[in-house]
Amino acid sequence: MDVAAAARLKPDDRRMPSAADATIEINGLSLRFDTADGPVQALSDVSLRVARGEFVSFIGPSGCGKTTLLRTVADLENPTEGLIRVNGMSPREARAKRAYGYVFQAPALYPWRSVARNIALPLEIMGFGKAEREARVAKGLELVNLSGFGKKYPWQLSGGMQQRASIARALSFDPDLLLMDEPFGALDEIVRDMLNQQLLRLWDVTGKTVLFVTHSIPEAVFLSTHIVVMSPRPGRIYDVIECNFPRDRALDIRETPEFLAIANRVRQGLREGHSYDG
Amino acid sequence: MKSVLPLTTVVLALIGVWYLAAALMNAQLQRDQFANAGRTDYSTQDLLGASLNMERPKLPAPHQVASELYKLVFATSPTSKRSLVYHGLITLEETLIGFAIGSALGIGLAVLIVSMRWLERSMMPWIVASQTVPIIALAPMIVVILNQFNVTGVAPKAVIAAYLSFFPVTVGMVKGFRSPDPLQLDLMRTYSATRAQTFMKLRAPASAPFFFASMKIGAAAALVGAVVAEVTKSEDGGLGARLLAGSYYGQTVQIWAALLAAAALSAALVGAIGFAGRLTQRRVALS
Repeated sequence: MDVAAAARLKPDDRRMPSAADATIEINGLSLRFDTADGPVQALSDVSLRVARGEFVSFIGPSGCGKTTLLRTVADLENPTEGLIRVNGMSPREARAKRAYGYVFQAPALYPWRSVARNIALPLEIMGFGKAEREARVAKGLELVNLSGFGKKYPWQLSGGMQQRASIARALSFDPDLLLMDEPFGALDEIVRDMLNQQLLRLWDVTGKTVLFVTHSIPEAVFLSTHIVVMSPRPGRIYDVIECNFPRDRALDIRETPEFLAIANRVRQGLREGHSYDG
Repeated sequence: MKSVLPLTTVVLALIGVWYLAAALMNAQLQRDQFANAGRTDYSTQDLLGASLNMERPKLPAPHQVASELYKLVFATSPTSKRSLVYHGLITLEETLIGFAIGSALGIGLAVLIVSMRWLERSMMPWIVASQTVPIIALAPMIVVILNQFNVTGVAPKAVIAAYLSFFPVTVGMVKGFRSPDPLQLDLMRTYSATRAQTFMKLRAPASAPFFFASMKIGAAAALVGAVVAEVTKSEDGGLGARLLAGSYYGQTVQIWAALLAAAALSAALVGAIGFAGRLTQRRVALS
């Protein structure tokens, strides 16, 4: 059976996990920013469930609210309406319990700290002992292939290495949930391919739930179990596409007809959702 | 070596301008002195030579100031009341104590302002207002008021030095503590870091470059405060007292020597802080 056809679902009968085993549950979420130019509807009536261990990508043009959605899940923004549950808790409680690791668009490493001490930063804040910190930093460096770079300073590392360090930092305290906001957006194609493979392996090994914001269709299709296509003005979910490649997929699946079919559907969804009629 | 040539050029040019100005400014005075002495047969060369070597010129020539400096710094016993080392040490002591108080106060105020937003609106106008009052008007008041409470000696002058030096430190450190970008602050939020943790692990280290810049301005301001205080209360000595004594007796050479000594002291303080800053930065980069 054609994977693309099987995955093609109407928005109202999306295959969603039941509320019980959902790591993240979003219901009727709206968010309005009051700017100097008047209110801006960043998110409008967004509903979504994400099951444990899934890799969900959010794709859409600028201004579709994908970053805002991620920030709302992380309790960095407050919704105007609607409900979010993260591991059954409100985002604020989840943040207080350190339920997630957040990877920003820029590495946001502290320049006065070495790479190892940057990775240790959340551990220091959360009160881990020195020995435990050192063990976790060593493990984290190894996880992102940066062993031997712990003593370097951020400016001594390439952009890709910096972003890997920031991923190790987000994983250092072992949260169940990884929120990633266009982590590879500023990197070139070659580095991005490599990091995509590493991220996939990392996801496979650790079994984390990942929410991943991206601009790139191939990246979304290659990484995800579900792709959420969003459209702007107001920001809303246009389509959710299932994407069932094996967990240990390799880069060459990007040449397969199945891959291209899903990529096509994403592209079509982006085009339809982007129409400016009225 | 590259920086030596431009620097030398500037210094030589300044000295040249200085000589020219001294000759022009003193010439008439010297002509009058020749006239009073009944001399009329002097050449232009005589006039020039005499103008640059007057005992009380309007503007002393560089070599006069240099030899006065040499005499008062190296050729006079440091315990003598004529020695600039003696007076320089008095000024240095007041400056350092005032600077220590001022920078501690400045950093403390900055921490308060950054931790409590409403404090900025309620305190900043007063902090700014405090610096709009001319220190030369305020200094005698501070000395008189503190004298009522039997606070005399170095203390009132250190207070005046602190009064001038806390302000640039407060302004600089507030800016420094607020220098982290939104992403770096968001990161702390995702860890549910407390305000104290955010301060210690992000705001404080991020303010390091601002810290050394603020310290430099604060130290220079403290020295100005100390000198102004000494002018107010000159019986205790100090470079300010020498400035005042020089102006009483029209000893322009002495004034300029004291002036240059104060400038050198200030430059040395600022240089030492800059050196400490570079040392810290290097340690961070190499540790």
